[in-house]
Amino acid sequence: MSEANAHEVEGRAATNPLTPVLTRRWLSPESWSLRTYEELEGYTALRTALAAHPDQLTELVKAAGLRGRGGAGFPSGVKWGFMPKDRSKPHYLVINADEGEPGTCKDVPLMMADPHSLIEGCVIAAYAMRANHCMIYVRGEALHCIRRLHHAVREAYSAGYLGENILDSGFDLDVVVHAGAGAYICGEETALLDSLEGKRGQPRLKPPFPAQAGLYSCPTTVNNVETIASVPYVVNGGADWFRSMGREKSPGPKIFSLSGHVERPGQYEAPLGTTLRELLELAGGMKDGIPLKFWTPGGSSTPLFTADHLDVPLDFEGATEAGSMLGTTALMIFNETVSVPWAVMKWTQFYEHESCGKCTPCREGCFWMAQVLERMVEGRGTEEDIDTLLDVCDNVLGRSFCALGDGAVSPITSGIKYFREEFRALCESNRGQDTTEASESALAGVAR
Amino acid sequence: MTVASASGNDTAENRPVPEGHVRLTIDGIEVDAPKGELVIRTAERLGIVVPRFCDHPLLDPAGACRQCLVEIEVNGKPMPKPAASCTMAVADGMVVRTQQTSAVADKAQQGVMELLLINHPLDCPICDKGGECPLQNQALKHGRADSRFVDKKRTFAKPVSISSQILLDRERCVLCQRCTRFSKQIAGDPFIELLERGALQQIGTGEQQPFQSYFSGNTIQICPVGALTSAAYRFRSRPFDLVSTPGVCEHCSAGCSQRTDWRRGKVMRRLAGDDPEVNEEWNCDKGRFAFRYATAADRFTRPLVRDRDSGRLRETSWTEALRVAADGLLSARDSGGVGVLPGGRLTREDAYAYGKFARVALRTNDVDHRARPHSTEELDFLGAAVVGTGPDAGVTYAGIESAPTVLCVAFEPEEESPIVFLRLRKAARNEGTRIHHLGQWGSPGVEKTTEIADAGSPIHSGELLRCLPGEEAAVLSELPEEVERELREPGSVLLLGERCAQIPGLYSAAMRVAERTGASPAWIPRRAGERGAVEAGTLPTLLPNGRPVSDSVVRADVERQWGMDEGGIPGLPGKELEGILAATESGELSGLLVGGVDPDDLPDPEQAGRALRAADFVVSLELRPSGVTERADVVLPVAPTVEKSGTFLNWEGRAREFEITIEGTGALPDCRVLDTLAVEMDVDLFTQTPAAVAGELARLGPNPGARPKPPDVPAARPGSPGEGRALLATWRHLLDNGSLQAEEPNLAGTARPPVARISAGTARRLGLAADQAVRVSTAHGELTLESEVVEMPDDVVWLPGNSGSARPNRVLGAGHGSVVDIAAGPVSPSRTAPSGADEVAGAENPAGAADREGTVSALAHAHRANGNGPEHGGVNGSGPAGAGRADTDGGGA
Repeated sequence: MSEANAHEVEGRAATNPLTPVLTRRWLSPESWSLRTYEELEGYTALRTALAAHPDQLTELVKAAGLRGRGGAGFPSGVKWGFMPKDRSKPHYLVINADEGEPGTCKDVPLMMADPHSLIEGCVIAAYAMRANHCMIYVRGEALHCIRRLHHAVREAYSAGYLGENILDSGFDLDVVVHAGAGAYICGEETALLDSLEGKRGQPRLKPPFPAQAGLYSCPTTVNNVETIASVPYVVNGGADWFRSMGREKSPGPKIFSLSGHVERPGQYEAPLGTTLRELLELAGGMKDGIPLKFWTPGGSSTPLFTADHLDVPLDFEGATEAGSMLGTTALMIFNETVSVPWAVMKWTQFYEHESCGKCTPCREGCFWMAQVLERMVEGRGTEEDIDTLLDVCDNVLGRSFCALGDGAVSPITSGIKYFREEFRALCESNRGQDTTEASESALAGVAR
Repeated sequence: MTVASASGNDTAENRPVPEGHVRLTIDGIEVDAPKGELVIRTAERLGIVVPRFCDHPLLDPAGACRQCLVEIEVNGKPMPKPAASCTMAVADGMVVRTQQTSAVADKAQQGVMELLLINHPLDCPICDKGGECPLQNQALKHGRADSRFVDKKRTFAKPVSISSQILLDRERCVLCQRCTRFSKQIAGDPFIELLERGALQQIGTGEQQPFQSYFSGNTIQICPVGALTSAAYRFRSRPFDLVSTPGVCEHCSAGCSQRTDWRRGKVMRRLAGDDPEVNEEWNCDKGRFAFRYATAADRFTRPLVRDRDSGRLRETSWTEALRVAADGLLSARDSGGVGVLPGGRLTREDAYAYGKFARVALRTNDVDHRARPHSTEELDFLGAAVVGTGPDAGVTYAGIESAPTVLCVAFEPEEESPIVFLRLRKAARNEGTRIHHLGQWGSPGVEKTTEIADAGSPIHSGELLRCLPGEEAAVLSELPEEVERELREPGSVLLLGERCAQIPGLYSAAMRVAERTGASPAWIPRRAGERGAVEAGTLPTLLPNGRPVSDSVVRADVERQWGMDEGGIPGLPGKELEGILAATESGELSGLLVGGVDPDDLPDPEQAGRALRAADFVVSLELRPSGVTERADVVLPVAPTVEKSGTFLNWEGRAREFEITIEGTGALPDCRVLDTLAVEMDVDLFTQTPAAVAGELARLGPNPGARPKPPDVPAARPGSPGEGRALLATWRHLLDNGSLQAEEPNLAGTARPPVARISAGTARRLGLAADQAVRVSTAHGELTLESEVVEMPDDVVWLPGNSGSARPNRVLGAGHGSVVDIAAGPVSPSRTAPSGADEVAGAENPAGAADREGTVSALAHAHRANGNGPEHGGVNGSGPAGAGRADTDGGGA
């Protein structure tokens, strides 16, 4: 899917607001190979970077305004700056490639199509943070991707881009590709670190933050794949070039992953701040012309948007101001054939399944809310259930140990906020009616 | 702590914040708190109790249950969401609003409570925890009256046995992780862990890997719901039907504070008391669960005298029994003399009565409470370095915690003094204390104090200095330079176990190390009464309070205070236990007065048997039938700990007083029985009650004379044991055949299986296959045990001291450092895969199938007797030798 649509991207690059940076090589023959990568300026940034002082690189990333692409949008240069300068303990760079957010499908295609951009980014970032070890924690289900990464890492080692004395710089780096075991929570950085250490993946108490005591209690930075893959371009292009795209507080290009009821789902790399209206145009509009009903700006953990939000600028500030979050720019687009309570139920079932269990609100809240939603969708809900749902959401949001619980309530609260009538209709259908007609109720709110 | 109302007088404003403190406001009350203190504790000091489940002051913060959410403002800025007060440290200028002043905090807490309850079964009326349940209590205080949850609760099969003692009810569990964190952080036994995730998350154990921990009972006590229960107590009683009485554990010399819960004259359970100086809030499982010996069916309730015609013991009146005993002891005293063996499990007061009885009524110094291998060197060490010390000047638990370095010498902390073990772990984990051991192999206790699993990588906290059994003194005399240097750091400690007495020169070497490095030595005996008895005067060289018997001035003072004629107390030291037994056997001594002593615990059980047979007259003060009562002419029943008052001195020398828990049983403490017996002999001891004894001990005062000199015995080095032989290393497991563990099958199921341990080199030399048993023998007998290869010196075999059939003392007549014969034994059936069994056995044992059959079945039998089979009930007291008695050292508790 991604490659086919990247083709679309390429074709329209001249006339549309696309900025193919990370996706630039995706359509080249054997784009994942070292040969192609090197032919297309690959590993040139590394030579520049290794000639610089590590702190200069951190400053460059700060100046470029690169923000974390994993969802939170924390300034990457600032994060790197938290790493201690001394080397009394080993430093670690950990790449969060545990892409598991529903709707999110940018990191796996990137690693499939252009793994060396990530590896080059790893070397530069590790050099900047004085780390000699880098772990890439990949979602275990993405086996093909893991194999491709392994292959790329092998290629990089044999070409001298990894290992000892990289390009005669005196800098050493070992990269380990680690397969996760299938837990959404391991995308949370501290749970990921526990999992990497061979422990049960559950979030850690902070402080200490990873920069103080992360992997094996050593200074560690955890960065997203897209963030680190952006670094070589920042090094080659410079801060001003990077800032020429996007908006002031959210500069740079971003891979928008469009999925759902659009004509041409796929990856569209455009500057931050691009709107859904623009993206939809690139993607050929809504599938079969059926009107848009609701969408997520950045995966299921970001509150829903509706057709009223077509012109919200999709950058960190814009999404937040409009009542949601940018998240991973995983745009799941739903047309009017989809029942909101049903979609919300499916998402909630996901969170119920993936809640790690550590804290009460998320563990029990998701368990409860999933049951209420299932009951409602079966047509056995009551109007009280809507209030109960909202109140339980209130008891989970901001009360959980990590952000998983916050994410879990997003679809519910935003779904009820914009589509309360649909939830109510399910309860209406319950009134004095045969509640066994589950199939009918599941379609409540769906345009016919 | 200083507290001032924020709205109150303004002088508080000007009051400086004490050094190392911060000033914050909680619910409008200004308070100074030490830096780093958690908000939940500061609030608690103000009397504001924030509800909580996962929080425990002795465990690392978890922040898992989210019950303790409060609103917090830092630097004038409110935090965006409620914070867990159990993970948030205080900060200067912080403003905290708990449920008492914040609607947000109150709603958050009510919300979490409601969520905790949706999957919690409503079985409070049948739950052990009902009535003392933090969930129940806090739900009533901070929860909603009605539940909005109308859907299906998650259910699990229950209960699950996670050990023979601990049962897990996964439905009741609120997943606070106190139990798993305790096991990981405090005990170092991470055999329970969270499994699965989400609402299916649960506590569990690994496959085929039960929750094997000497501290498992603590998880029941800290469980904030009824998820963990013990097989021993489950469904036995309701907390509100129980009377709780504070007590002190009678098992080891740790001196744990306990709470005994009882009703209708019967103890139902025991819990750890809260004593930060000693056991903090923990107990070992032996202390917690082993108490039913006191209600065993065979306990003596009336005096017994031996019938001249039948030769059997018959019940009789106290009047007759005391008259017979007094007459017998008087005539024995006047013919050859009487030796006194009080045993090591008495209270200080009871021990005092034995010591005084020996001197005043029997006119002898032939008294020795050390019912175990002992030495004259030890006697000198006790007089020189132990007696008269106490927690004010000597080594303490706190001293261990703050010590830069601790060296454990011939001391196995986890097996011999589990609370010391916990404190060593705490010191290593929290304070960076170096813990070194001088021993043979990296036992679990050694591993858990030298390699502390923690966040990130394990902390390497110390070394095992490996040596041959018997070589300890030589190695201690030439410590590695680094260890020596570490011991020189002020506050360092040497912990000496009772095994030291079996190694000639070890106490002397330890004293020299102490002298050389400044490290403080501490003696940690295994039995609860040993330390008090040293003080009470039941050693042949020492009168009460450490007064040397050979010092005529001191002796005269005691004689005067005891109202005796001058010269009433013999001026020469008496015989030690082995000497008393030898003298009795040879007829030099005519009688024995024996307290809680099991002949099998003695250095030479056969000699003990001969002495008991040879004695003209034997009086036994006992609780239950034993190897002594079998031979005794008079048996006088005495009270178990729970039915008397008194004082144990723990290893620190700290007085651990306790009152009678179960009143009105008619059972008498040893001191009272001896007092009355003395009256029959026309002597007044004035030891009618423990309180009277305590008063007399205090009036006697400390030793006014000089301290005896420390021993100076040269260190020995064992020679090569020779072909087909090995040096025996041995010490006891915490849970073993001890008679005080009688009637506790569930506890026995958590004991460590007895195996013989050898090095890989020894195994090779013996041609031992991995699944092959080891046969250890001497002229006395032989033992066959499953083998385990560990890293230890070659030509050494380690055996548990008193576990199942492994009773080297009794069976082999051998102790730590003895030379034994060693050979490959039969292939163990339990370790061999069925398909490979014949092949391996055939290869190793060409003698034929019949022979093999025989050995295999014998092994299987031994295995059952060891109590490993889950179906096996009363392990202790099942065999003739195990039929020990309580309140004694019996079978080596």
